[in-house]
Amino acid sequence: MGTNRIQWKNGFCDGIPIGLGYFAVSFTFGILAKKAGLTLFQAVVISLTNLTSAGQFAALGLMGASATYLEMASAQLILNLRYCLMSCALSQKLDAKAPFIHRFLLAHGITDEIFGVAVCKSGKLNPFYNYGLMSSAIPGWTLGTFFGVISGEVLPERIINALSIALYGMFIAVIIPPAKGNKVLTGIILLSMLMSSFFAKLEIFHHVSPGFKIIILTILIAGIAAFLFPIREADEDCSAGGKSIAPALQEGGLT
Amino acid sequence: MSGNIYLYILVMAGVTYLIRLIPLTLLRRDISNVYIKTFLYYVPFVTLAVMIFPAILNATANTWSALGGFVVAVILAYQGSSLFKVSAVACIAVFLIELIIY
Repeated sequence: MGTNRIQWKNGFCDGIPIGLGYFAVSFTFGILAKKAGLTLFQAVVISLTNLTSAGQFAALGLMGASATYLEMASAQLILNLRYCLMSCALSQKLDAKAPFIHRFLLAHGITDEIFGVAVCKSGKLNPFYNYGLMSSAIPGWTLGTFFGVISGEVLPERIINALSIALYGMFIAVIIPPAKGNKVLTGIILLSMLMSSFFAKLEIFHHVSPGFKIIILTILIAGIAAFLFPIREADEDCSAGGKSIAPALQEGGLT
Repeated sequence: MSGNIYLYILVMAGVTYLIRLIPLTLLRRDISNVYIKTFLYYVPFVTLAVMIFPAILNATANTWSALGGFVVAVILAYQGSSLFKVSAVACIAVFLIELIIY
């Protein structure tokens, strides 16, 4: 039981930058929700139950346009389908023998950030680590909306701008260390950023939702990379420093 | 706005939760296929990289402050700093750069 407590605490600490970044983004959501005519309670309930940025921002527009419930459902499906991929990846990190109930609780916490941090822990994932991450991320997201609605103009813009980069800083801290000294991962990251910039410039993709662009690129790049550089080692830990999997990658790629 | 707000919320929360829940509950055994395993291992790297760039350049008030924060974060991450330190220093960098520019 002691381990679970420690895992929860570690998760909580690692989740603080997520919570801070969420606060900034969610604050903006709160301001917009108020402009869209939602009450404080409604805006906070949306953040607490959805826990997703793109989907929530899109929802405001859909509600404003009096969209049908079917339109709302399909928009959420497309924008959030990437969580499906993450959920698949996370399922492989869990102990198959762990109590089933954990999966229902963990599911709510599958966001880009929580997933990104959790999936990079070495070995099997202790659900309590994720609960720790969720314990700092969910209040950050929910409180951000709360304060955004009640006090849109209280926080100086400079502070909000600065906080807006926190999430990205955290993403960078998640993907860079394992890529150090690992040519395949470095190549994948650079190619992903390049392709994503390319997609952003292309006219035809302007009508494709950001969530769907992420899915297309993820399936395309990760799919091709997995085909070219399969990892044959049984244990792949991305937080183990990349070096541990590098020999396996070379072996898989060159033979 | 004509629809019922709470019904909207129920629909969006329901769809989003099911997307997250279904694979997690259906895939209970370890996948043994090397290709699928590798694919799932690469997924977060691609997803996060795609989300970082170029979106990060529009995250702050100014492209240059964003670029500054990006570079600072990459250097610190490369040196192996903690998640919190990388994020916090990137925020401070953005704040300082915007202070100088405006």
